Amino acid sequence: MARLNVNPTRMELSSLKKKLTSAQRGHKLLKDKRDELMRQFMNLIKENKKLRLEVEEGIRTANRYMAVAGSVMQREVLETALMMPKQEVELEISEKNVMSVNIPVFSPKYRTGDTDDIYSYGTAFTSVDLDGAIMALSDIFPKMIRLAEIEKACQLMADEIEKTRRRVNALEHIMIPDYQETIRFITMKLAENERSTTISLIKVKDMVLKQNHNFS
Amino acid sequence: MSELLKTAVIGDSASVSGFSALGLSVFCETEADKISVLINKLASSGFGVIYITEPAAALAVDTIKKYRSRRLPSIVLIPAVGGNTGEGMRGLHETVEKAVGSDILK
Repeated sequence: MARLNVNPTRMELSSLKKKLTSAQRGHKLLKDKRDELMRQFMNLIKENKKLRLEVEEGIRTANRYMAVAGSVMQREVLETALMMPKQEVELEISEKNVMSVNIPVFSPKYRTGDTDDIYSYGTAFTSVDLDGAIMALSDIFPKMIRLAEIEKACQLMADEIEKTRRRVNALEHIMIPDYQETIRFITMKLAENERSTTISLIKVKDMVLKQNHNFS
Repeated sequence: MSELLKTAVIGDSASVSGFSALGLSVFCETEADKISVLINKLASSGFGVIYITEPAAALAVDTIKKYRSRRLPSIVLIPAVGGNTGEGMRGLHETVEKAVGSDILK
């Protein structure tokens, strides 16, 4: 704790008192913000973990099919089969504001109306495992989009929580105690000045009385 | 405000070729420098989500970290054909540690 470097005047005192009130109000607000962010973050992170496990499992299944397809089909045939995709996905991005954190929200837009219309090849020359792989990926894809969304949200919220926590701590442990100490210092200094003035007045009075009326 | 953005997948060809059937833009890249350049290029040319396989991500850690605190793109680690290295889950644990102060998901 350090006393601020200010002149001990009444003007400084009143401005410091104002600053202290707003610092205390800010501290309370930021603390509430931090708590609410944390609550929402905990909900999100649980969902994030669940989704990630599901997505990883889904992709593992797809990869297993893909490995089999790759071993029974020629590489070129496999590549040709996937060369010209039928489907195209674009993400419509909107924003959600959670406690002043802007979180992107993705909603997929498919080129063809039928989301199952994904097989870009005839079935004659390709292995059935390739169908399985693509089916598995297509099943997991909505979850992958949600995962991208929620993972980003968690990262952004973690940043914001960290920032807010620092602000709360700076206010709580540095600014507010500093203000309080400085206010105490100025109050004492002013009282001291007042006493000193009173004493000199009494002394002057004594001196005047002594000079004019010979009081002792 | 809403905008239409594309989705990309980066990784070795065996892991990512399946995604092209779903209509995602697939980039086969396995060299560290090229992956970083590619991520930067995609991020500035209208890609909202980038899925990257864990081995590929391990080659461009700094670049990916740079985009963590940006609003877009969202870079998501996915397991490659070779198996799950747990790097994606580790990222999640890091996020929790940053927010809470200690890893409470364990």
